[in-house]
Amino acid sequence: MLHTFIAYVEDKPGVLTRVASLFRRLNINIVSLTVGHSERRGISRMTIVVEPPDHTGDRAPDRIRASLYKLENVIDVDDIGKAPNVTRELALIKVAATAHNRSHIFELAEVFRARIVDLAPDSLMIEITGVESKIEGLIQVLNETEDRVLEVCRSGKMTMRRGKHSSGVLQAMGIGNESAPKAEIAPDNFADNI
Amino acid sequence: MSNIEKNESAHLNNTTRLTGAEILWATLVGEGVQEVFGYPGGAILPAYDALRKFPIRHILVRHEQGAAHMADGYARASGKVGVAIATSGPGATNLVTGIATAMMDSIPIVCITGQVSSKVLGTDAFQEVDITGVTLPITKHNFLVTRPEDIAPAVRYAFQIAQSGRPGPVLVDITKDAQQNSAIFDFEGAKPHPYKPHPMLTVPDEALRDAADLIRAAKRPVILAGHGILQSNAGEQVRTLAERMSIPVGTTLLGLGAFPASHPLNLGMMGMHGESWVNDAIQQADLLIACGMRFDDRVIGTPATYAPNAKKIHIEIDPAEINKNIKADVALVADLRYVLEQLLPLLPGRDGSAWLSAIAASKGDAAVRDIKNLPDSGHLYAAHVMHDLWRITEGRAIVATDVGQHQMWEAQYYRHDHPRTLITSGGLGTMGFALPAGIGAKVACPDKEVWIIAGDGGFQMTACELATIAQEKLNVNVAIINNGYLGMVRQWQEFFYDKNYESTPLVSPDFVKLADAHGIPGIAVRDRGNLEAAVQTARNHQGAFLINFLVEQEDSVYPMIPAGKALHEMIRRPGHNPLLERPEDQ
Repeated sequence: MLHTFIAYVEDKPGVLTRVASLFRRLNINIVSLTVGHSERRGISRMTIVVEPPDHTGDRAPDRIRASLYKLENVIDVDDIGKAPNVTRELALIKVAATAHNRSHIFELAEVFRARIVDLAPDSLMIEITGVESKIEGLIQVLNETEDRVLEVCRSGKMTMRRGKHSSGVLQAMGIGNESAPKAEIAPDNFADNI
Repeated sequence: MSNIEKNESAHLNNTTRLTGAEILWATLVGEGVQEVFGYPGGAILPAYDALRKFPIRHILVRHEQGAAHMADGYARASGKVGVAIATSGPGATNLVTGIATAMMDSIPIVCITGQVSSKVLGTDAFQEVDITGVTLPITKHNFLVTRPEDIAPAVRYAFQIAQSGRPGPVLVDITKDAQQNSAIFDFEGAKPHPYKPHPMLTVPDEALRDAADLIRAAKRPVILAGHGILQSNAGEQVRTLAERMSIPVGTTLLGLGAFPASHPLNLGMMGMHGESWVNDAIQQADLLIACGMRFDDRVIGTPATYAPNAKKIHIEIDPAEINKNIKADVALVADLRYVLEQLLPLLPGRDGSAWLSAIAASKGDAAVRDIKNLPDSGHLYAAHVMHDLWRITEGRAIVATDVGQHQMWEAQYYRHDHPRTLITSGGLGTMGFALPAGIGAKVACPDKEVWIIAGDGGFQMTACELATIAQEKLNVNVAIINNGYLGMVRQWQEFFYDKNYESTPLVSPDFVKLADAHGIPGIAVRDRGNLEAAVQTARNHQGAFLINFLVEQEDSVYPMIPAGKALHEMIRRPGHNPLLERPEDQ
């Protein structure tokens, strides 16, 4: 079963390796992992989707969360579980198409609410955002209509809980919850390259 | 004005400009370090060049693995952070086994390695290795430092990480140019942020009440005493719990000494080579109170068959250990001493005499089977050696052991009444650990009697450190349990591989001559009659002494739970030991 974690980590060299290495050590496959800046300078946000082996059962999520916290550069971990959330993925799809057979791809893109972002004499590029099944649906239709899909680039999942901020780090920062005590998170005096 | 004074004053005015090398040592001095174990080389030379200015004793090892094990033994014996230092490349990779050993047993050590200059990082420069990459999964954390101003913060942070929470090793990799360049040294300014406990630590009142209810209601409870008792300094609290509630105590290998061996409630070591009554008690228990232990596979046999009727209270500081191997009914996730201090007021007392009598009765003929109670047949058994060493040293020595049969015999027959007196590699099971770890223990506790016990196999893995003993004039006693085999592997071959003794018979040098070549006197002991005199000679000798105990060759460690079997499916000690009987005995 797939499981999704959000991790807030220090934005420093090597942190991604430490997180990825943890899952390698636990022999858990990473299905997707996206990283980018968060709402706070110096802190990156990761959405990690993993598939723990069946034999680890329902104990795996807690253990993964506990192990993530043991990494010095990890500031906060949110186990999404089955909580209400919005999950999106971005894909860029390059399709072989000429002036003669472009128009039906335009129609397909319209149906999938995708956009054409590049047009060349012999190809075009589609940008699509949505849940995994929507992206896979478009790719499948393209394949079935015998359009040659040249390249697919997918971002992996990004997940955010619905409703009020539930992340501990946001509370600790005093964002989204004014009553929470403000706490210093990033070791500011610490040299940037450590 | 000496440089040392200059450095100390640097703490105060924080305007002193020092080289990175000087900052390194000044920071170590500031952290209270007095001894380091190391080996110089190109990329760490600037640091070594500055060493003479600082009040730090450097113990020159013969192989960097020894440095890491010595730092480890130092930490285990003293409770302080051990420090190892090595150069880049091969110096750094040689530390790896020692770092992994410390990681598995949660030992606080800080390893400092030199690294090639930051300008050539990643170019496969001479003696360059990505040691922070190599040690990533076997350290709590590691640092690559490329600027002198980052050295003090990194080293101070390393000390905090090594000691806090569940302790462990930390590595600081410092480029050569960072050692050579200068920066302002500001010890106070380099102080790390206050320690942030693991966010999943939790001791809810409800769980405390549940735990207290389980303990009060239990008919057949057992305390499982682990290494965490030593780490958390909770010996008193565990003892109070056991005594007040009349609960018998089984210990893990690393928990030996955490609860006095001679205490009437102490059952002894549990697990693969634990005594039958300990493992039987665990299998029959209706409640296990796990104190700072992690249900290692050598302790539980198999998860499915382990203590099937028992509820489990797991008190542990590492949340990642909860429900890892054994599901906890009540988890109290925090420092053990803190938890017990919360728990004890809820426990008024209890009569446990019926259960204690039942355990005593279950010992049955176990004592009769015990080799130490069998008549002296003239053969020399390793168990005799351990038993006699315990008797002669009155259980007061620090014993460092290697891994294998002698380690298990030591655990069974040397009865540790005092904490931090057994230095042994539990989790990783590192052969070659005893000699360097014993050296580290002696450096940490110069006034204590130290016995290094190793098999003939493991001893040869790090025997080069005899020269370190000689150079440092360390008064340690070395006992080699020499059976001419890689004994534990041979035992597995005997039990599980049809006695196919492939690659386990071992030709060794004359260890007494080897010691002599290092200027260390020694003696060989072939029978029990000469044992005591030899041990006393070693103890009375001012300086190191080596005894080569030529013990029974094909002796096996009993009881034994075969891998993958349940605790109650142990192989008992034979009723009579065929090895004990000579033809003339028949």
